[in-house]
Amino acid sequence: MQRMACSFPDEVLEHVFSFVQCDNDRNAISTVCKSWYKIERWSRRRVFVGNCYAISPDMVIRRFPDVRSIELKGKPHFADFNLVPDGWGGYVAPWISAMAAAYPWLEEIRLKRMVITDENLELISKSFKNFKVLVLSSCEGFSTDGLAAIAANCRNLRELDLRESEVEDLSGHWLKHFPDDYTSLVSLNIACLGCEVSFSALERLVGRCPNLRTLRLNRAVPLDKLANLLRRAPQLVELGTGAYSSELRPDVFSNLSGAFSGCKELKSLSGFWDVVPGYLPAVYPICCRLTTLNLSYATIQSPDLIKLVGQCQNLQRLWVLDYIEDAGLDAVAASCKDLRELRVFPSDPYGPEPNVPLTEQGLVSISEGCSKLQSVLYFCRQMSNAALMTIARNRPNMTRFRLCIIEPGTPDYLTLQPLDVGFGAIVEHCKDLQRLSLSGLLTDLVFEYIGTYAKKLEMLSVAFAGESDLGLHHVLSGCEKLRKLEIRDCPFGDKALLANAAKLETMRSLWMSSCSVTFGACKLLGQKMPRLNVEVIDERGTPDSRPESCPIDKLYIYRTVAGSRFDMPGFVWTIDEDSAMRLS
Amino acid sequence: MPPDTTSESPGSDVTSTVFKDTELTLGLPGEARFSGGKTCSKRGFIERSMDLNLGDSSSSSSQTRGKILAGQDFSSESLVSGAGKPSAAKRQEVVGWPPVRSLRKRALEGCKYVKVAVDGAPYLRKVDLEIYNSYQELLRALEQMFMTCFAIRGNYVGEGGRKVMYPMKEMEYVPTYEDKDGDWMLVGDVPWKMFLESCKRIRLMKSSEAVGTLAPRTHPRSCTYEVAADQQLKAR
Repeated sequence: MQRMACSFPDEVLEHVFSFVQCDNDRNAISTVCKSWYKIERWSRRRVFVGNCYAISPDMVIRRFPDVRSIELKGKPHFADFNLVPDGWGGYVAPWISAMAAAYPWLEEIRLKRMVITDENLELISKSFKNFKVLVLSSCEGFSTDGLAAIAANCRNLRELDLRESEVEDLSGHWLKHFPDDYTSLVSLNIACLGCEVSFSALERLVGRCPNLRTLRLNRAVPLDKLANLLRRAPQLVELGTGAYSSELRPDVFSNLSGAFSGCKELKSLSGFWDVVPGYLPAVYPICCRLTTLNLSYATIQSPDLIKLVGQCQNLQRLWVLDYIEDAGLDAVAASCKDLRELRVFPSDPYGPEPNVPLTEQGLVSISEGCSKLQSVLYFCRQMSNAALMTIARNRPNMTRFRLCIIEPGTPDYLTLQPLDVGFGAIVEHCKDLQRLSLSGLLTDLVFEYIGTYAKKLEMLSVAFAGESDLGLHHVLSGCEKLRKLEIRDCPFGDKALLANAAKLETMRSLWMSSCSVTFGACKLLGQKMPRLNVEVIDERGTPDSRPESCPIDKLYIYRTVAGSRFDMPGFVWTIDEDSAMRLS
Repeated sequence: MPPDTTSESPGSDVTSTVFKDTELTLGLPGEARFSGGKTCSKRGFIERSMDLNLGDSSSSSSQTRGKILAGQDFSSESLVSGAGKPSAAKRQEVVGWPPVRSLRKRALEGCKYVKVAVDGAPYLRKVDLEIYNSYQELLRALEQMFMTCFAIRGNYVGEGGRKVMYPMKEMEYVPTYEDKDGDWMLVGDVPWKMFLESCKRIRLMKSSEAVGTLAPRTHPRSCTYEVAADQQLKAR
């Protein structure tokens, strides 16, 4: 057997391995024998690090010496909702420095929820001669100056995607830093930028890049400029408009409509800030080709939404505000038979009363009409167990179900019972469910259902739910594939956590905030589990100043082979073997 | 993974320690499951719930929530009676709930920034109209903003004409704005929300100039002031 494994020259094995891209498969290959391990690590080109603190840059570089593409994730998901204090961490700087030295041929950097500075961006732009792809998803810490450095120095740049990052807008002139002979842009997403970019520079850039297929503009790009941009890039596949409002003028309209008609490849539309309904018909000619439509910033009413969406028979992904109403979702269910993903966002999340007639009924209609529906994110104000059971039975093929009933602790509005049974039906019927977010009035029973049925569940988000540690115990002991668990405002304490300590090493991370976990339990965990970082985040000051049995504010536990991190701010405490000894 | 793991795993001595104390059983709701010494944690938790306004008695639904979270007196009755009733006031804002990202929140808020010019002042300012709820708030803010340009010896916002007065210089400023159609109007005529939607920029005009150029049609309070074509105000 061993002889067979070595009978192929390395180059042949490497060639064979090149057909295997999936990380899990490559990991499996590397365990076959030493020779395969060696060949595989030299030929691994793409690395994904789901938690930047789970491993150090040096460890990655030592194992994989010739990486061309890296993806890193930093802060926990709840950072999106301001639950992680500023300065917590997620700095990409050490990674960039290390890679600048080790990976001169690095082509792609993809970051999510990380802090990246202008200096980091400049270092990237100068260190990697063949740099092609920069995706900064929900990142922060940089300004348009950093973007200028990327534009000026990355001659082979293909993709610059700033999706939902917080960028300090110093000037719109950064776009001018793309050299006149730079023509390789394929994808540009600047939708999150607040400032006006230099429009003439943008026009010229778009005009000279024949391979441009994705262009997501920011709100500051006025509608009357859009037609010209489209005429320069009729090959666009994905477009995000700027503000979609202007005085209604027939000449502007027909110009725009003509420009859209010229885009025969357009499959995805987004943007639509400040929509003036009168201009929507300009996109009608291309609606039948659309597979993705993001109207989540379009503050238009249901009738206009229905007219638009009703023409998109090939729609697979729809993001929309609750202005669509139940009636609009009925229309979607009737027209969009290919729908795979629906996200309905709240137009007035803080209002005390519902402002639009959007209820559980809309989601039920979609579940009935859209047989390919897999992924749902739905904000609403009322729900019933009956509706959830109907949805579950209709769509056992669902893989992502995130329901947000806006008022915490809202029961089934028909029976006034908890929604345990409804969510139980979801996990029981949807056997391939990977992601679930709970809301509404929920007892420990829902967690028992989840632990029993949700065997493929990888990510669970819980808020204002449960009654006791038993709930948490059900999840930790039952969900075999669980990787990420995030909990806020639930009466879960030490017992379930300590009883399932070993489980935590099989997961990427656990977040618990405003629960009942004590500092004593955290210390115990930190002491006994060297391969976990147990981070206590508390802005009230050191946990030592309070009794050990008092609950901590926020807890973030993640597995790591890199030990405690060195960049913790003053409000984060970890407990490792050393400090535990000192404290006792 | 079941809590009673094999002895090789590092977590096992943790679990065995805890397991002696714990009795994780399926019990009926309301049964006390906390062992002694947990009273502090319960109290602490309730305290924090209060911080989050969850224990606030101002709305019955939040009271019930507080109860659920503390695990006390749990009974389906108290659940049913309190929960689900919409509160009259704007719902208490809990940090990070509902889970809507800031980018999205800000985009929906509108963030209506308009330029404000004051005759005689060298710089323009920008204000976000969305953060004000009424004309009074806006004008008060404008006063504060442009205070540094003038010596202040008391000023007031009048009732009728909504004039901002700086008695020391004996100058009156009339707040005007340019609307969507490009016309210059007197601030205060239309309902606040309508003003929010139509205002493109603001100019605090010296009264002396205004009198000559703005031509009232009807009662000064309710009319719209329009600029005569030949006296066009310079738009900055």
